[in-house]
Amino acid sequence: MLDFDDIQYILLTRAPALNGRYIFLSFKRPAAGRAWLAAMLEKVHSVKAMRDAVAQDKRWVTVAFTWNGLRALGVDEASLATFPEEFRQGMVERAPMLGDTGTNHPDNWVDKTASPDLHAIAVLFTRDGDERMRATIEHEKLLAQCVGVDVLSTLDLEATPPFEYAHDHFGYRDRLSQPVIEGSCDAPPLGSGGTLKPGEFILGYEDESGPGPVLPQPDILSRNGSYMAYRRLAEHVGTFRDFLRANGQTPEEQELIAAKLMGRWRSGAPLVLAPQRDDAALGADPQRNNNFNYKEDDPHGYAVPLGSHIRRMNPRDTAANINRRRMIRRGATYGTYLPDGTPDDGTERGIAAFVICSSLIRQFEFAQNVWVNDKNFHELGNERDPIMGNQDGTLEFTFPTRPIRKKFTGLPAFTSVRGGAYFFLPGLGALRWLAALDNPN
Amino acid sequence: MSDTSKQPEWSKPAAMAIPKGGFFADKVEQGRYGPIFPKTPASYGFTIIAKIIPGREPVFYEYARNLENAVAGQPDCLAVLKLHYLRWVLFPIKGEIYFMYQGIFDTDFDKYTEDAVALFSTLGLRTVFENLEGFPADWQTNAPAFVKFVREHQCPSFLEYGEYPFVSAEEIKKALRLKASFSNMLDHMQ
Repeated sequence: MLDFDDIQYILLTRAPALNGRYIFLSFKRPAAGRAWLAAMLEKVHSVKAMRDAVAQDKRWVTVAFTWNGLRALGVDEASLATFPEEFRQGMVERAPMLGDTGTNHPDNWVDKTASPDLHAIAVLFTRDGDERMRATIEHEKLLAQCVGVDVLSTLDLEATPPFEYAHDHFGYRDRLSQPVIEGSCDAPPLGSGGTLKPGEFILGYEDESGPGPVLPQPDILSRNGSYMAYRRLAEHVGTFRDFLRANGQTPEEQELIAAKLMGRWRSGAPLVLAPQRDDAALGADPQRNNNFNYKEDDPHGYAVPLGSHIRRMNPRDTAANINRRRMIRRGATYGTYLPDGTPDDGTERGIAAFVICSSLIRQFEFAQNVWVNDKNFHELGNERDPIMGNQDGTLEFTFPTRPIRKKFTGLPAFTSVRGGAYFFLPGLGALRWLAALDNPN
Repeated sequence: MSDTSKQPEWSKPAAMAIPKGGFFADKVEQGRYGPIFPKTPASYGFTIIAKIIPGREPVFYEYARNLENAVAGQPDCLAVLKLHYLRWVLFPIKGEIYFMYQGIFDTDFDKYTEDAVALFSTLGLRTVFENLEGFPADWQTNAPAFVKFVREHQCPSFLEYGEYPFVSAEEIKKALRLKASFSNMLDHMQ
C-alpha cells in the first residue's frame, strides 16, 4: 500500500501546468534553512492532496535537497554517511562517468548547480504565467523573512506552442513513455510493460528484485523518499533544423531523418508501427503509441535505428532486466519558442527535467553511461545518443536501409548540458522531521 | 568511400604491456563503480582470485554441472555479459584451496554489474561465490558490496595479447553467419 499522504506528488502525478519556476537555494545557516522549510511545508502537495484538488489548484510545489543540503539543514554525519556514495559525491564529481565532458563539463554550467553551495531546489509548476508571478512574489516575501537563505539561480519554465500536447523545442511529442507503479491507481497503457514494484522509485518498498536495499537512516528520513537527477539540456534548434535541411532534400525526407534520430515521428508515432509515413492519430493515442517491441518487430533497426534516442533510453525487450532500469521523468521546456523559418536568435532554450528513481547508480547513471554515451552500444562502434549524447563532431549516426545503410558522419551536438544536480526527494513526514531538527521533541 | 588500402585493426596481432596496478595513469576511464581496467587487444576482462571456505571444494564441482546444464537448457542465458570466454580454476597454495575466475568480455564488467548479479540469482548459481572467504552475504541486494569484493580480489594483467585484436564476439558470430550464408548461396548456384 503506497502512502499517498506522505509521498510528494511529483513522484506519482504530473501537474497540469503550462508554466513553472525552479529555484535553486543555498542555506547559510541551518536554522535559516529549517525556517524556510517549515514555511514551505504547507505548500508541498502529497499525492493525495494533489489528486483531491487538482481541478481547483493552480500551483504545485516540490522541495528536495542535495547531500550538502541535508548537512546544511543539520542532519548529523552518521546519518549522512548512510546515503549511497553516488548521491554523496553529487553529479559534478560523477561528471566524467556521466559523459559531462567538453562543452558539457560542469565548468560550463550556467546556473550555479555545480556549486557545492547548492543545497535545495523548490520546484514550482503553475497552471499559467499569472499564477507563477503570484507564487513567486509570495516566495520572495518568505525569503525576505529567512535571512541566510540565498537564491543561487532560477529558471522559468514555459510550455511551447501549440499547447494542446507536450513537446520539446525540436517539435517532438514528449511524455509518451512513463512507467506505472504498482498500487498507484494508474493503469499501464498497452505496451508499457505492466506495472513496476514501487521500490524501483520509492524508498521503503519492495522492488523488482525483492525487499529492496538497506535504507539511509533514520527510517523517517528515507521512507517514501526518492532521488532526483536534475538535467538542464539546452536544445540548439537552429543547428537541428540546419542539419535536417542539409541532409534531406524534401520536407518529407527531413521529417524522416528527424524521426530516425528519435525513433518516433515528431507527432509521437513510433517508427516500428509507422515506418514509412507519419501517423498523427497513432502518435496521439496513448493506448497505441507504446504498443511495440524490438526483438521480433524490428531486430535490425530498419524502422527504429539501433542508436536512436528511444531505442537507447528504453530498449524494451532487447535489454536484460529492463524493469530494474526504468525511470520516472518530470520536467518542462524553458526559453522562448522559435517558430519554423525563424533564424536561431542565440538565446538558450531547452528542457529542464528530473529523472526520479530509487537508485541513481543503477537507473539514471546506467542510462547515461551505457545507453546514452557508450559509443559501442549495440556494437555501433562510434555513436552516442543523437539527441542527448555527448557529441563532439567526430561521431556518427547510422540507420539501416536496403540495400545499404545510411550513415551521417560528424554529427553535431543538438543539445548541451547547462546544469545538473542530484537531489533527495523526502516524503512529507521526512520534511517535517528535517524542519524540526533543532527541536528533539 | 572506404579506404581499402588501410589495414583493418583485427588483421594485425597485437600485444599490450600494462603498468603495475592495471591502469595507464594518464588515461583512466571512470565507471559507475570506480576506475575501469583498460581495453586491450584481448578485450576487457578480469581475473579474480579468492580463497575458498575450507571444505567447500565439492560445491564448486556441483556448480560446474549446474552451469553446464543451465547453458545447455538456455544457450543465451549468459548473453547479457557480452562474453568471449570464462575459465574457472581451483588450485592449492600451501594446503589451502584458491579459486580463479577469469573472463574475457566485450564490455567492461562495470557497465553490466547489476545484470550479472541478477543473472547469478536467476540461474541459481549463487553457491559458488558464497563459498569464497569474505564474499558479502547481502550481495543480491547490495551491488556495491559485490563490486567491492570483485575489485579487491582482481589481479590485473601485466601483458595481454590478441591474435585478432578488438574484435567482438558479436562480430565473430556475424562473420561466421555470413560465411555460412555464402556457402548456402554457393550451394544454390550449383
